[in-house]
Amino acid sequence: MIEKALKGNRNYWIWISFLLLVIASGVSAYSKQRWFGLTVTGMGRDVSWGLYIAQFTFLVGVAASAVMVVLPYYIHNYKAFGKIVIIGEFLAVSATLMCLLFILADMGRPDRVLNVMLYPSPHSMVFWDVMVLNGYFIINLVSGWTVLGAERKGIPPPAWVKPVIYLSIPWAVSIHTVTAFLYAGLPGRHLWLTAVLAPRFLASAFAAGTSLLILLTLILKKTTGFDAGSEAREKLAILATYAGLTNFFLIGTEFFTAFYSNIPSHMHSLQYLFFGLEGHSHLVPWLWFSLMTGLCSVVVLLVPALRASSKWLPAACTGLVISIWIDKGVGLILGGFVPSPLEEIVEYSPTLIEITITLGIWAIGALLLTLLLKVAVAVKTQE
Amino acid sequence: MMNEERRAFIKKSGLGVLACLGAASGLIPKFSLEKTILPAWDEKPVPGKIRWGMLIDTRKCLEGCQKCVTQCHHVHNVPDFNNRKEEVKWIWKSSYNKVFPTSSQQFQSEKIAGRSYLALCNHCAESPCTRACPTEATFKRWDGIVAMDYHRCIGCRFCMAACPYGSRSFNWQDPRTAIKDPSLAYPTREQGVVEKCNFCSDRLVKGLLPACVEACPQQVMTFGDLNDPKSDIRRLLENNETMQRKPELGTKPSVFYII
Repeated sequence: MIEKALKGNRNYWIWISFLLLVIASGVSAYSKQRWFGLTVTGMGRDVSWGLYIAQFTFLVGVAASAVMVVLPYYIHNYKAFGKIVIIGEFLAVSATLMCLLFILADMGRPDRVLNVMLYPSPHSMVFWDVMVLNGYFIINLVSGWTVLGAERKGIPPPAWVKPVIYLSIPWAVSIHTVTAFLYAGLPGRHLWLTAVLAPRFLASAFAAGTSLLILLTLILKKTTGFDAGSEAREKLAILATYAGLTNFFLIGTEFFTAFYSNIPSHMHSLQYLFFGLEGHSHLVPWLWFSLMTGLCSVVVLLVPALRASSKWLPAACTGLVISIWIDKGVGLILGGFVPSPLEEIVEYSPTLIEITITLGIWAIGALLLTLLLKVAVAVKTQE
Repeated sequence: MMNEERRAFIKKSGLGVLACLGAASGLIPKFSLEKTILPAWDEKPVPGKIRWGMLIDTRKCLEGCQKCVTQCHHVHNVPDFNNRKEEVKWIWKSSYNKVFPTSSQQFQSEKIAGRSYLALCNHCAESPCTRACPTEATFKRWDGIVAMDYHRCIGCRFCMAACPYGSRSFNWQDPRTAIKDPSLAYPTREQGVVEKCNFCSDRLVKGLLPACVEACPQQVMTFGDLNDPKSDIRRLLENNETMQRKPELGTKPSVFYII
């Protein structure tokens, strides 16, 4: 089946070459990081996680959102998702791979990564996260590939794959819950120490992930002629809308608890992110842009006429993805470190090397997704 | 021929004598060249029996004195990059509002708010860092010390996010280039691992007090077993008003302060 990814038109190969180029520069930047250490990044003793962990957090959400097509299709037999479900699964596979690569890129000693399995420590959330992410990667790859393979041969998928698909549904929820628990259980990091972190993660994931999926189907329609169907997109847009609304509602509750209780430690991070703290306001424009873009996108998606429009729908989806990427990928992780445990404010900006490595990992994910979708589209359109 | 046999005999008997000395130093601690307490020989460690702790009498600490910091960082080969972003520190001095941010700040006397306070790893009884570590590279010892295995650490920096005291440092680059006066007493670390104060477990095993305690000209620090009601530290805790850093987090620090 994989041979289908080796046949393509000129644009396909230009796109593949472009991704390979970005990957190559990422690898070269990474070799610098391996040699000189994480000193080449913008991270330091006060802001000890940065772009890598932020991307990881965002992408776990993208991966988890596959459940939004798998659940309606396989549990509720919702036929309109018949063509989109494989796209969701393969998006989950690529996003999970990127998550794992971002964890690896963030490690000081990636050569010792197997220590996580050699000395399993159930008291550590990282251990569980590595387990569930690897599991999710395999589950989605196996179920997606098997169903697609059966379709190519024109036979029904084997019976054993059904339980695997069902398993992927709670598993999707688990990956993002465990990811939230990485942060939500740490004493002294007040932005993260909140019970709504996991629900908020899930809500923002289902908003950004489904929006990304809608955009993917539009790109596929344009580049390959394969259309997952406007009914599927419409239904996904509704899911993204309400997930987005839930996300903004949960952000609002965070503000209420922090500012009504008036407890300084609970207010500090939010003050830093949205208003600036003691003259440090590096991230303020980002966070307001995120909030405004996100709210506008949700408003657009709420109007049925705009939701059905071929111009407004992609615009609103792009807005929602960018909004949540900033909220989770910039604000949440960096905000957790400001102020530091000693009430100091240190601001972080990524370095060029860090950005190059990040783009490289995104390109690896995009490459895998391109190859998988190429196969999927070839099978679906019986090329 | 005769000579060669003699040489072989001397060689073998020499080795035998060395082996005897080696065995003797193992069996009789007095024979060893390096003084070592051998808990494996005299007593098996009982988890939780001892809990090492420290009491810092901040009233006696001299403003501007850095002797404990310098000595600790020298003994343990702590690098100095002279750069805040990559700073590695095991013990340091900081202001009242930074070390005790959740303690009373308003209208605090200038005498208290203006002094510097020592900060180091608290060796918490309920340590969030050891809970967060995915490989048990940082772990709780039988004597309450939160220790590090630099050879197991994967450099994920979860312990740094988990520590509410900022007591952990990461080696963002090779630390060996920034050690000005290397010490043979403790191994250096590699790039990419986390490190922190070890309560001088390397010195305790030799029957020595922690380096900072020994270096202090004012006897600011009292080190001892918190589980022994007759220890000096317990006596001082009994007779003074003391505090811990951020006690509301429930980490149960083993480092106490007299303000």
